[in-house]
Amino acid sequence: MSERDRAKTDRINLLLIDDEVGYVNVLSNRMAKRNIDVTKSHSGTEGIQALRKQDFDVAVLDLKMEDMNGIEVLKIFKKMDPDMPVIMLTGHGSEQAAKEGMKYGAFDYLTKPCELEELLEKVREAVRLRR
Amino acid sequence: MSNTKVKKITDYTSFFRKRFFTIIISSITPMILVSGIILYQFNISYHEKVHAHLAELVLKHKQNIDGFLMEKLADIRVLAKTFGFDELSDEAFLQDRLEILQKGYGPVFVDLGVINSKGVQVAYAGPFKLGKAVYSMAEWFETAMKNEYVISDVFLGLRGLPHFIVTVRNTWKGEPWIIRATIDFVAFNNLVGNIRVGETGFAFILNRKGALQTKPLFDIVPEKGPYLEFMNAELKEKDNVQIVERKDDSGSKDIYVADFLKDGDWLLVYQQKFSDAFSDFHKALKVAFAIIILGGLAITIVAYMLSTRMAYRLARMDKERQMMDEQIVETGKLASGGELAARRAHEINNPVAIMVEEAGWIEDLLEEEDFKEGKNLDEFQRSLNQIRNQGKRCKEITYKLLSFARKTDSTIQEVHLNDMLEELVAISAQRARYSNVTINTNFQGNLPFLEVSLSELQQVFLNLINNALDAMEKTGGILGISSRLEEDHVVVTVEDNGPGIPKANLGRIFDPFFTTKQVGKGTGLGLSICYGIIKKMGGEIEVRSTVDVGATFYVRIPLTKQKGKAQQEDIATA
Repeated sequence: MSERDRAKTDRINLLLIDDEVGYVNVLSNRMAKRNIDVTKSHSGTEGIQALRKQDFDVAVLDLKMEDMNGIEVLKIFKKMDPDMPVIMLTGHGSEQAAKEGMKYGAFDYLTKPCELEELLEKVREAVRLRR
Repeated sequence: MSNTKVKKITDYTSFFRKRFFTIIISSITPMILVSGIILYQFNISYHEKVHAHLAELVLKHKQNIDGFLMEKLADIRVLAKTFGFDELSDEAFLQDRLEILQKGYGPVFVDLGVINSKGVQVAYAGPFKLGKAVYSMAEWFETAMKNEYVISDVFLGLRGLPHFIVTVRNTWKGEPWIIRATIDFVAFNNLVGNIRVGETGFAFILNRKGALQTKPLFDIVPEKGPYLEFMNAELKEKDNVQIVERKDDSGSKDIYVADFLKDGDWLLVYQQKFSDAFSDFHKALKVAFAIIILGGLAITIVAYMLSTRMAYRLARMDKERQMMDEQIVETGKLASGGELAARRAHEINNPVAIMVEEAGWIEDLLEEEDFKEGKNLDEFQRSLNQIRNQGKRCKEITYKLLSFARKTDSTIQEVHLNDMLEELVAISAQRARYSNVTINTNFQGNLPFLEVSLSELQQVFLNLINNALDAMEKTGGILGISSRLEEDHVVVTVEDNGPGIPKANLGRIFDPFFTTKQVGKGTGLGLSICYGIIKKMGGEIEVRSTVDVGATFYVRIPLTKQKGKAQQEDIATA
């Protein structure tokens, strides 16, 4: 019951999906330092596979990826785990896609590049509201 | 490209040619028609005038000559009536009578003779020594005996000189006798010879046989010419003057005017070279032709100039249009290229994000104790801060690049337009002072607040104000900003009295990347961003400008936003 343990220690179990490997790596490193366990996925498919294996407190999903449209991934996520909040990352100028994502039940969105603190705030808020 | 150019050049040539000939034909044809008709009418009336003039001349002289002849005849008739044969056959008495006649009428009467029924001249008074001449065989005597009075043709007679005579028959004691007077041929000849018009006009008299009765100024051959026709025409109309124009053997045209004299015995002919009679007409004709030719020449020159100018203008217009087309195409290319660039711009955000986060990661690591004692820790942190700040700058740059297409933050809030404008005026005041521009504001009080994005609206008006200041940067001037309420719109005008916007640019001023500023000074996005923002608000932005007078931008913003958009914003900010 490692998940329970994490919940008790207030660690957050986060699924990060972005095809920018460098970004995923550095973000997971920094989040790990802040009590967040990051499962890294470098594509939509990987993200879906990861969610099949385990549950997450929150997902951070880049909307623009090579293999799959982030909105499609979001839809699948919402089917697999409707309770899991999804925070979308979008490029500047693609807010329209993010707004569309909001319709499909995303928690919120942030434009890249964003401040880590901003992202963490949203993550914590999402987790708090869920618990 | 070169093909179309070649085609266009020939187009101008054919355009020129068409224009040229159209003008010439449409101008010269009526001119020739009108002048032709006028000249034709003039020709006819001048002919009639000349003919009438000559007819009158001949008629007048015919009357004159007839009068002269009748007068001389009457003199002799009076003489025959007054005195008897016995008295007149006395040569001394006859001499007296001749002298009286000559005293009364001048030397018209050359001599007088009295002839008895046998044809013997019983008395004679005059310069010739005719004595008791016998005229019984003379042609004129026979005629004289048959008629009460006779005016003879010209003949040589016994004296061997051309002369003509007037005879009056009378009876004395049952026997006929004749008194005869010779008319001075020179005097009579002068009567006809003095009929002179122009250089070639002259007159003479022919008898029925075609013999000359006076000496013509120029030689004529009675058998040639229309003289005999005139004689034969007698039967048709006796009183009318006959006029004929005919070419002689040398081909030059003559005008002949004739009338009968002496009850049809003689024909008074007036003859003149056609060219002489119509010399004035020909002069007028020459002037008219000169005018027509000069007019035609003038028309040709004008047509040439007009056509050249039209073709030139057409060519210039085409060229301008072509240039404009090229520019538009270029702008389009730029616009699409620019949009592409803008779309790509956000991709830079990914590496920037990574860089910033990596810097953050280093910062995180520096927090750990191992490094806390490092002597360069401060410097590390300063450097990392710098990386983060520069990353933010990159982000801002890409935001700006993208903002003309899609706006960033557009939080709707209550905006008090006048406050916002005053703030902008305050911001721009220093720059205005520097450019020697006076800012006049005229805000209508109590404007209702607008539900729009403040930052967007600020961007719009700051852009307009900055553009106006740019326009007046060198010259200085007046910047007028006003706000007013119009029905359900708020209208803001931003007016400058700078150099204005050329007509060609007015239609493109809101196009993305259109700029008249120097390369590197403007992106050409400012006004297109304004346009996009105002359109998004459901408003309108338009510009009116006159070159050298200034430019005025009108911004109309509706008081209530469109519902659809407002809802969308609500979702976005939820």
